Amino acid sequence: MIEYKSVLTTCPYCGTGCTLHLQVLDGTLVGTLPAKEHPISQGGLCIKGWNVHAFVNHKDRLRTPMIRKNGKLEEATWEEALGLVAEKLGEFKAKSGPDSIALLTSAKCTNEENYLLQKFGRAVIGTNNVDHCARL
Amino acid sequence: MSDRLTSLREAIQQVFPQVDGVLGIRRGPGGIISPYLFHSEHPEELEALAIWPKEPLPDVLRKIQKAHPEAKLAIVCRGCEERGVVEMMKHSQLNWDNLTLIGLQCTKEEAEFCRCAKPYTVHAKIVVGEPIEGVPDPVTEKVAAMSREEKQEFWKEQFLHCIKCYGCRTICPQCFCNICTLEDEKFVETGRLPMPNPSMYHLIRAMHMTAKCVACRECEETCPADIPMAVHFRLIARDVQEMFSYETGAILEQKPPQLLVLEEGEYERTGLPH
Repeated sequence: MIEYKSVLTTCPYCGTGCTLHLQVLDGTLVGTLPAKEHPISQGGLCIKGWNVHAFVNHKDRLRTPMIRKNGKLEEATWEEALGLVAEKLGEFKAKSGPDSIALLTSAKCTNEENYLLQKFGRAVIGTNNVDHCARL
Repeated sequence: MSDRLTSLREAIQQVFPQVDGVLGIRRGPGGIISPYLFHSEHPEELEALAIWPKEPLPDVLRKIQKAHPEAKLAIVCRGCEERGVVEMMKHSQLNWDNLTLIGLQCTKEEAEFCRCAKPYTVHAKIVVGEPIEGVPDPVTEKVAAMSREEKQEFWKEQFLHCIKCYGCRTICPQCFCNICTLEDEKFVETGRLPMPNPSMYHLIRAMHMTAKCVACRECEETCPADIPMAVHFRLIARDVQEMFSYETGAILEQKPPQLLVLEEGEYERTGLPH
């Protein structure tokens, strides 16, 4: 059976929140169509939104975290990468205090993700140094 | 409206046994419509069948047929979409023999929204809705009646708003070339907005739409800057009619003027993307 469907989603590129359809043919992503009648983007997209399907299966896309070892980026597991980040943050906090750390978040993330990051900053690390790319 | 929807559902069910799928539109989550391939195995999916707003279905059909050249497919098409399918067939983009057309006739309101001169199908054997007369296009007439200075000012103002999203090119079912002149930096400079020379983008596109535009107005609908670019294509279509007696989508056997060759097979020999 030939399967063609559209998956409604939000463009990941900026904070505007344009809505688009990912065109899926037999389980493979083949293109993008704007969502007509959607109140935010009203059937339009910018050039990045129109090409949003292109990066998903791109050969240059990073598929694992990378850790720099001896000046060279090497593939790592999430456990290794997050472990390293936690270790370093703990080290900096112990050595120079929580205000030596700042957290920068992004308009490309959802409200919930941004909320979590400031919560992590204030409740776990203990700093109010939280800022956002849209304010820079 | 609802009557036409019921008739369309019945027409699709009638076609189901003869095809591998019927391309139409359905209302999905949040009431947002999108193209969808309906199957006889799941007739209950026709509950979500929708008819408006329209979507660039011929382009979706081309994508599906490219992956499944042997599949028997049906497409729900309005007048403009039927013309689109015919032109794509002439340019070797679709296999006509494997297609069934279900002609959906537009209402007066829909035709007025599209400023459409031909809101009806002419080739489809299965027809849903009553065909109506075309409506005038006040925007094209307004531009056509402007003085030279007024035209220049009008288009300068319109092009100033272009954000170069390439949406008009990307959504167009008749824009199927493998190599696109608009992506050639010799003609369209990258990285500058507003474009220093917007005529390059918009007039190259207008020229490439000669004897190809089927007046579906998908380009204008997707334009975030509301540029009435279909006006170019419609005025050029009048010249094409005068010069070559060619009307897109009208006569199946008539070759488009850009495919006029002196010897059979000449177009294929050039190796041009087609």
